[in-house]
Amino acid sequence: MKKILLVFLFAIAPLATFAAEEGPRLDHVNIDLHDKPSLQRGARIFVNYCLSCHSASYMRYNRMGHDLGISDELVKENLLFAANKTGDLMKAVMPSDDAKAWFGVAPPDLSDEARYRGPDWIYTYLRSFYRDPNAISGWNNLVFPHVAMPNVLYEWQGEQRAVFKNENGIEVFERFELDKPGTMSPADYDKAMRDLVNFMVYLAEPAKLVRYQIGVYVLVFLAVFLVFAYLLKKEYWKDVH
Amino acid sequence: MQKLLAWIDDRFPLTKVWEEHLSKYYAPKNFNFWYYFGSLALLILVMQIFTGIFLTMNYKPDTNLAFASVEFIMRDVDWGWLIRYLHSTGASFFFIVVYLHMFRGLLYGSYRNPRELLWLIGVVIYVALMAEAFMGYLLPWGNMSYWGAQVIINLASAIPVVGNGLSEWIRGDFVVSDATLNRFFAFHVIAVPLILVALVFVHIVALHKVGSNNPDGVEIKKKKGPDGIPLDGIPFHPYYTVKDIVGVTVFLIIFCAVVFFAPELKGWFLEADNFVPANVLQTPPDIKPLWYFTPFYSILRANTHAFFGIEAKLWGVIFMGLAIVALFFLPWLDRSPAKSIRYRGWMYKTALTIFVASFLLLGYLGVKKPDDIDFILFKNVYWAQIGTILYFAFFVLMPWYSKYDKTKPVPERVTWK
Repeated sequence: MKKILLVFLFAIAPLATFAAEEGPRLDHVNIDLHDKPSLQRGARIFVNYCLSCHSASYMRYNRMGHDLGISDELVKENLLFAANKTGDLMKAVMPSDDAKAWFGVAPPDLSDEARYRGPDWIYTYLRSFYRDPNAISGWNNLVFPHVAMPNVLYEWQGEQRAVFKNENGIEVFERFELDKPGTMSPADYDKAMRDLVNFMVYLAEPAKLVRYQIGVYVLVFLAVFLVFAYLLKKEYWKDVH
Repeated sequence: MQKLLAWIDDRFPLTKVWEEHLSKYYAPKNFNFWYYFGSLALLILVMQIFTGIFLTMNYKPDTNLAFASVEFIMRDVDWGWLIRYLHSTGASFFFIVVYLHMFRGLLYGSYRNPRELLWLIGVVIYVALMAEAFMGYLLPWGNMSYWGAQVIINLASAIPVVGNGLSEWIRGDFVVSDATLNRFFAFHVIAVPLILVALVFVHIVALHKVGSNNPDGVEIKKKKGPDGIPLDGIPFHPYYTVKDIVGVTVFLIIFCAVVFFAPELKGWFLEADNFVPANVLQTPPDIKPLWYFTPFYSILRANTHAFFGIEAKLWGVIFMGLAIVALFFLPWLDRSPAKSIRYRGWMYKTALTIFVASFLLLGYLGVKKPDDIDFILFKNVYWAQIGTILYFAFFVLMPWYSKYDKTKPVPERVTWK
């Protein structure tokens, strides 16, 4: 028993997570891939706004439609801006070379963004744009300082200003102040961003929709199989003295 | 059926092989928990080869296509995500199982006479496995793949005179590039797996020549019955085949739990930095290998002094190499009259505990920044230095502590129930 415990400790030792990266505190976003309406709303925001400049070039429109319960006709009518066929990959509307010329960097592909940055990072990032007269685009971001991307969703969010306080000679972020309200209330904007991030988590790994469910079946099967395997072993080993 | 078997046996020693290696291969009856990992390692090898074949059908070893082809597997290939997760999780579990298998050898003295060659073959398998894992890690062409390979291949350049030429020769270019990816693909998919399979075959042949060790470290062949069968031996088949089915099932439960519920295992099995394509201009915040290499990576980074006018980096490479070379000498360093830890005294038990602790500590520090304080009291790099000294002390001091250790009398027969 002692030994088994030892092995168990050995096996779970790697589960300790890496220490948190330095940087601003990230807000937690509640991801729920069972929430289909949220995924659909997120998909709409993603295709209408993000895909203007960013691509998600490992993902196909019809796969998304199939997974999220959006028919091919609906995908064609509402979501196909940068493609002709529903089987196409989700390329950006803006050519990447133009984007590079305008922003200085090509906007990164967003297919795997949620696996690279993590959902909390994206959620916080999208809500942390603030007006900065020193920035080229007029926008800065607390999570990603001097990011080339302007606040694309400012009409929804409104324009906020960052308030810093001086702590031992170091400028420390204190809070945001909404200077000009947008068309959405802060609560609604947060909800929309949650939908968007929820969708991006799906986008980063479409298999996640089925993975857990299949996993449960597999484990249940193995658990039942284990009982019979154990009984078989016991039966055979009866005559070992 | 009988006739067919006779027909085959006249032309191929089918029955003979079956009996020699399964139905009449007599294994000690007192195998315990630690004896599952050999067959589990074999299972994972087979699984890696099978999943690897299917991955190869869609993977493209081309710097412009590699990353996208992996995403194609994850999204567009039927069950591609499962095949890839089985393969990526399999890689980490291969090392978990092999480390436990090696630890078993240390517990019960499985490397001792007459099993020295068996142990040596095993260590060569381990080295081949490291090469296989290292080259496989480049293939997804993520940013950590790229920079990890860049850093590790660059280590060769620390060798005086030939170093730079050597690392260029390995890469086939001045930096990690398409040429590197192509050759790593060739090695990962054909060369090293062939070597691995051949070595595993030889490992098993050597095992069946000398017979399995057991938790008592007693040679069961010394006590045979009138029929010439070891008194403490039982046929591998069916006894250990049915027992291994139980072990395999328990293993699969743990393995599948990771595959289906946490394939990244919080960055320990699949790193977040590898979900962006390789970028020559953007170094990841900190470059680190996957967990199974981190003990050696720590030893590499623990060398910070230029002793005897040799630069620290070269010392790091030397000690990292020696950390593995030391394993080859183990059979001849151990002078204890007892093989199994059950009959050894406090010295070996303490030494082994410290060794395992130093290995785990080095592994933990390998993913941390050297100048941070993640453990206690002082900087990671100092702990890594302590860990390195303890790691090597296990080998260097073994001739003494194993000799002077007070052992208990080893029984004639295995203990049972």
